[in-house]
Amino acid sequence: MSEWSQAVSGFRASGAAAETISGNRGLQIEENLLFEKDYGGRSGVDLPEPPKVRERIGAVRRKGRIGLPGVSEPQVVRHFTRLSQKNYSIDTGLYPLGSCTMKHNPRLNEKLARLPGFADIHPLQPVSTVQGALELIDRLAWWLKALTGMPAVAMSPAAGAHGELCGIMTIRAAIEARGERRQKILVPDSAHGTNPATAAACGYAVEAIPADPRGRVDLAALEAKLAPDVAAIMLTNPNTCGLFEPDILRIAEAVHRVGAFFYCDGANFNAIVGRVRPADLGIDAMHINLHKTFSTPHGGGGPGAGPVVLSEALAPFAPVPWVVHGKKGFELVEKDKKSLGRLKGFHGQMGMFVRALAYIMSHGADGLWQVSGDAVLNANYLLARLRGELTPAFEGPCMHEVLFDDRFLKDTGVQTLDFAKALIDEGYHPMTMYFPLVVHGALLVEPTETESKDSLDRFADVVLALARRAKAGDAEHFKGAPRLTPRRRLDETAAARKPVLRWRPEGSEKAEAAE
Amino acid sequence: MRYLPLTDAERRQMLQMIGAPSVEALFRDVPEEARLSGPLDLPKAMGELEVERALAAMAAKNTPAGSVPFFCGAGAYRHHVPAAVDHLIQRGEFLTSYTPYQPEVSQGTLQALFEFQTQVALITGMEVANASMYDGATATAEAVMMANRLTRRGKAILSGGLHPHYREITATHGRFVGFETVLAPAAPEGGEDLMGLVDANTSCVVVQNPDFFGHVRDYGALAEACHRAGALLVVAVTEPVSLGIITPPGEMGADIVAAEGQGIGVGLNFGGPYVGLFATREKFVRQMPGRVAGETVDADGRRGWVLTLSTREQHIRREKATSNICTNSGLCALAFTIHMALLGEAGFTRLAELNHARAVQLADRLATVPGATVLNETFFNEFTVRLAKPAAPIVERLAKKRVLAGVPVSRFYPKAKDLLLVAATETTTEDDIEIFATKLTEALR
Repeated sequence: MSEWSQAVSGFRASGAAAETISGNRGLQIEENLLFEKDYGGRSGVDLPEPPKVRERIGAVRRKGRIGLPGVSEPQVVRHFTRLSQKNYSIDTGLYPLGSCTMKHNPRLNEKLARLPGFADIHPLQPVSTVQGALELIDRLAWWLKALTGMPAVAMSPAAGAHGELCGIMTIRAAIEARGERRQKILVPDSAHGTNPATAAACGYAVEAIPADPRGRVDLAALEAKLAPDVAAIMLTNPNTCGLFEPDILRIAEAVHRVGAFFYCDGANFNAIVGRVRPADLGIDAMHINLHKTFSTPHGGGGPGAGPVVLSEALAPFAPVPWVVHGKKGFELVEKDKKSLGRLKGFHGQMGMFVRALAYIMSHGADGLWQVSGDAVLNANYLLARLRGELTPAFEGPCMHEVLFDDRFLKDTGVQTLDFAKALIDEGYHPMTMYFPLVVHGALLVEPTETESKDSLDRFADVVLALARRAKAGDAEHFKGAPRLTPRRRLDETAAARKPVLRWRPEGSEKAEAAE
Repeated sequence: MRYLPLTDAERRQMLQMIGAPSVEALFRDVPEEARLSGPLDLPKAMGELEVERALAAMAAKNTPAGSVPFFCGAGAYRHHVPAAVDHLIQRGEFLTSYTPYQPEVSQGTLQALFEFQTQVALITGMEVANASMYDGATATAEAVMMANRLTRRGKAILSGGLHPHYREITATHGRFVGFETVLAPAAPEGGEDLMGLVDANTSCVVVQNPDFFGHVRDYGALAEACHRAGALLVVAVTEPVSLGIITPPGEMGADIVAAEGQGIGVGLNFGGPYVGLFATREKFVRQMPGRVAGETVDADGRRGWVLTLSTREQHIRREKATSNICTNSGLCALAFTIHMALLGEAGFTRLAELNHARAVQLADRLATVPGATVLNETFFNEFTVRLAKPAAPIVERLAKKRVLAGVPVSRFYPKAKDLLLVAATETTTEDDIEIFATKLTEALR
């Protein structure tokens, strides 16, 4: 039995929710699955009778019922509204997820992305009819290049991990063009899981670089591993401990000395945007999560966008397509001999580009300077407010996020997970937990620049009070949390052991269990 | 700056609490020579009105599909999206939430994903589906890599009827990930011997239905032949609405379905963001890429939802993960789910019938245009027309006359100059068809 399930069974007897006749609890309303609503043959869409024609789909007419429920529009609206009310969101409150940059999502950006001139254009319309769309992509690319100091940008990757894939493929293409083959990519222990997954997906062996006691890359260990078989280093900077790598220029120099490339995971670009240009740090390629730094909504897990800025040496190998200024205006390059090929259908995440450009133009150079300043200030303010009760993992100021370990919970019987779950009952989304892996029981807090001082103070007061409560020996309070959510702790072990991944009508035969 | 709540007085107070002389002092770990001394010399902050004016000016230079008779498809289809869809996905609790890693505060997103997975499994005729991929093209590449893992083989046969972008992306992955891709020649008029290309190292055959040129196919026999050869059948679908009346890939024997979900709920968006649908058999689920929501119970024994099987994923498995995918296409998946919920069984079937009927009307009318020949015996809502003149300049000419006449095949296959892909959906009117046919007749004259 895992630690987790012990914790659950320990309190199952103790705290059932207040009983009501309906199962609802005030504004928290129970909602069955769509598929459990009766069929009834209804539809929430009124479509005309199709004109009578001779059918031409051949001998593959679908037979039998699909099994979709039929419901009216009011039922659908109520269903999804009730579901929405079971979610925490940035609009609800402070969302301190470290490494995720959960900042305010301006509504202007939503409005502009829905202009028919952006939302209702087809990716394969004649280029002459989408000049404004290409102009927008070109303009965003211009900003991304200016803010990073890099000469080129590949716009098509669909998310951060897709950007990593693009960056590492580009690096491999450049190395192969030199007539070389290299086998290894170096990744620090503190890296996001996507980094080693990406390196492995591109056929590289992954070698870990340890962190030093200050939470930074161990320069000596890195230099010892740098050899002619190393293709690249993948480094997040500021790193996932919320710290800037002070040796970054020496790291870049050492990497370049052996002919390898410096890939930067740009997930934490929000800490330095407008103040530090990655090109000045010796970086060769970096993806930019538009859904982090440039505030396109996370949407419950995407869509994102992950353009990759590239150095002069890597630019020729970038994936197609890209926008160029031609004789008749903007043109799209969709085939190129040197390019590594295509990575995404059509031209990238246009809807995200509109939002990101609106965000950047709203802030301007002066606003972006303030963004990174306030992001770092807010994180350091939380560090200062919390350090009396919590245990910062490392000394000194942090960047845009602050990392604590679980020493402050020693001998309290409360684990990091319990502490975070108790925050939920207080009206907060938990911070990132157990990541990065380089400290024990990590709690990574990123407030972002869009939180007010008042909001930070209230959060700090709650966290401090919870820490004191844990130290006072009230472990039971934490083990039982959360108590006030639509569902209490969920049994993840059981979910994975016997996966139920879809609804099936009652009594229907289930397929054999997974291999 | 309207998005930044701190005042200068607060900033000073906060610095005092921190014990730092200035914000700049907090950046002390950044090497001096890499630190800018002030904001870059770039445009300054703008108000809402100014930003809206600038971007609206760019939008105004484009021709929206809804403003003209419109016949483009080739992997992205214009459909009417009910108003409730966009309203609901803009609820802040959906729009501004993160990936549902904390299930107690994400039951809404998780339940919606579970419903999405069920809908995708039902319409594709498969047993299980994941919580979405970036788009249909990347989902296809992932399907091939999954087939490679399942069969421990390293060669994929890609049909000439598979969307060229799906082919290119799979081939790019092949080059870097290390598997072989065999591209069967494009066959606009149909008919290809894919089994002739299968050998003992073939992990899968990848086909599309309806295929890129619009032909509707029965892949039942191909599925059986693949299985006899120890290979899997991957079926791509670029138009999800077709599944309303066409036998789903699952019933034809497909092992993995990789589809573009854009046609339901998402809109054109100049090519993205879209939503990849990914479905397979239950016995293959542990090799499936991407997130997946599952049913469980909470501490009080009540039914609830979590992200599950995460030991396949990068944040747990790191370099041994089934895929590096993290952020996927959550909000587009939600739009798909809501649109599909509104349609229901009856609406989904009717929508498909309406699309097909409009396409038949279009084909019948274009068949009367001198110099235009419809190549397809079968089709759903899109088909290929051979023109007596090169298609690309004709499309340009018609665009000037405010008709978006379809997609020239030469955009993908430069030698196929005379072929034009045309699509009709429920948004196409009889007037649109008449205007198109008339202008095309003039242009071909």
